[in-house]
Amino acid sequence: MLEIRTPKTGKAKRVLEKRAPKLVETGRKTLILHGTKTSATVSSVLMELYRLKKGGAIKYSRRNENIRPFESGGETSLEFFSQKTDCSIFVYGSHTKKRPDNLVLGRMYDHQVYDLIEVGIENFKSLLSFSYDKKFAPHEGTKPFICFTGEGFENVPELKHLKEVLTDLFRGEVVDNLNLTGLDRAYVCSAISPTKVFLTHCALKLKRSGTIVPRMELVEVGPSMDLVIRRNRLPNESLMKEAMRTSKDKPKKKEKNVDQDAVRGKIGKIYMPDQKLDEMHLHDKSKGRKRERKESKLLNEETDSKKNKKSSE
Amino acid sequence: METETDQIYHLDVGNLLGFNPNHRFPSAPSSREELVKECIEESRKLVQAIANALFNFTSTETNDGPIVQLPPPTTKLPREKHVPRPKPPTKWEEFALKKGIQKRKKDKVVWDEQTDQFKRRHGYDRVNDDNDVPIIEAKATDEPGEDPFAKRLDEKKKRVGKQQKNRLQNLKAAEKAGALPSHVQLAATSLPISGTKSQPKKIGKDELGDVAGLAATSTASGGKFDKKLPGEKPPKKQSKHHQYLPVVAGRGAVNPEKEQTNNVLSKIFSKHSHEILNVGKAINMYNVKKEKKKSGRSDKSGRSDNLKPKKDITKKPANKAK
Repeated sequence: MLEIRTPKTGKAKRVLEKRAPKLVETGRKTLILHGTKTSATVSSVLMELYRLKKGGAIKYSRRNENIRPFESGGETSLEFFSQKTDCSIFVYGSHTKKRPDNLVLGRMYDHQVYDLIEVGIENFKSLLSFSYDKKFAPHEGTKPFICFTGEGFENVPELKHLKEVLTDLFRGEVVDNLNLTGLDRAYVCSAISPTKVFLTHCALKLKRSGTIVPRMELVEVGPSMDLVIRRNRLPNESLMKEAMRTSKDKPKKKEKNVDQDAVRGKIGKIYMPDQKLDEMHLHDKSKGRKRERKESKLLNEETDSKKNKKSSE
Repeated sequence: METETDQIYHLDVGNLLGFNPNHRFPSAPSSREELVKECIEESRKLVQAIANALFNFTSTETNDGPIVQLPPPTTKLPREKHVPRPKPPTKWEEFALKKGIQKRKKDKVVWDEQTDQFKRRHGYDRVNDDNDVPIIEAKATDEPGEDPFAKRLDEKKKRVGKQQKNRLQNLKAAEKAGALPSHVQLAATSLPISGTKSQPKKIGKDELGDVAGLAATSTASGGKFDKKLPGEKPPKKQSKHHQYLPVVAGRGAVNPEKEQTNNVLSKIFSKHSHEILNVGKAINMYNVKKEKKKSGRSDKSGRSDNLKPKKDITKKPANKAK
């Protein structure tokens, strides 16, 4: 026997609609969690990553002993969390003797694990160790610039994969319109060797130049670390094909309140808000604010000053 | 986008992404700071290139600042969820398509002939409300004992039930196609006990507590030392409810025990004491007791005649106090 269940509150309905699959997707939410054991570096990396992605990230503080991303059975917990929190990219940090300071970045498709990449952290410098002029500190939730340098990102398949995953991670919301004053951060990723990537986070300084385009300057503010590629798992072909599928037709958005007629031409409707006649601000009728009073006061001051002058003379 | 040194950058302005594939980092880095500086300098060039493109877009001025229309991103990234699947047409939609029935937009407000005013189509005080009909004329086909109003209610219930069933079927078909609407969930409810139509009653919080208490009393220590689940309340008092008066009266207070006995005595010795004792009831109780004793004695002797040792008939029965 089946029963139809619909949400009873508007809020619940809106939450469900937000989580439904959309034709055009805006960025992914990140899930940050850690495994059985984490070192100080790993926990600070996870914390700072969470701070950088504050608007679209969820951080779990407990340790998860049964998550092993690269093993076939160890992904069930991850998939459950992904479904619960509606996060489709996760960062899993752990520390073992064999793999010290380990970070696993993974993506989900339909709440199933799509691909994974495992990196080791070296030479980590925290947010707090950088000193800079606080005026240029990047604001929360701004869209960042992402810069990849190095031929490794094109030639080495693991680095190529890492580039894709980092783009997805740092991208933020996909928007149509961008406010140019809100550009204040950049992620710098450089392939310094075929297995190592140097990653850092910089604030942007826009300096006046002769043209419309300001001169950009980067000031290192954020965490910086070296990522050493360890393992990775690419998605299988069929899943990749399905995930990369894009629909060509964009749904035509109907322009609201506009009507086209052969007789009248183009007509628009304007809805006026209710005029609250009780609360309308008319001019101030209090005694002290009367214009005549003000003027007479001014006149009195003038005559007084004249009198004083006369008396002084 | 080309620069003087013939380096081609791959720019994705929609994602604010820049990729420089041609830079070669020295395999033996000079020092950490040098390397970092080099990385940042290269990225600065990339950012500048993207900014050149961005700031040259036509911008609209608003209160917060100039806003530009970003082009769609060019890097192909995998989706996070599947493309929304098209919903299969419902039974009615199929029928309408087959018959060529067009959808007609209905007005919210309809003219009501009876009251000569516009009334809304659905909701409070609606047109043609079934409940408002005061008189239903009897037709030749009607049976004399039937209640037409109850019949109308029944018919409405049937119609509503049919609609619910159809809705469920349509949703099941949509679920099969993977296109269930986002706010609807189809959940399996518990099956009724075979043979009955009714659904098993849901047990409330208090009932559960009572049942748990009952189960606890069947343990050896009467449920006193059972491990409680988080949130479980301690059991309500299960034993007899005694109320004892204090043994020693407080300073100035009247001795409550003395008070109690005095009250009882005064009631008995009072003028209307005969009204307290229900004489009729007392007589009945006395008679019943007497009869029980008699019958008790006769029953005893009748039952165990052969088993009990025979009494000495020479001895006379003692005079028992009545």
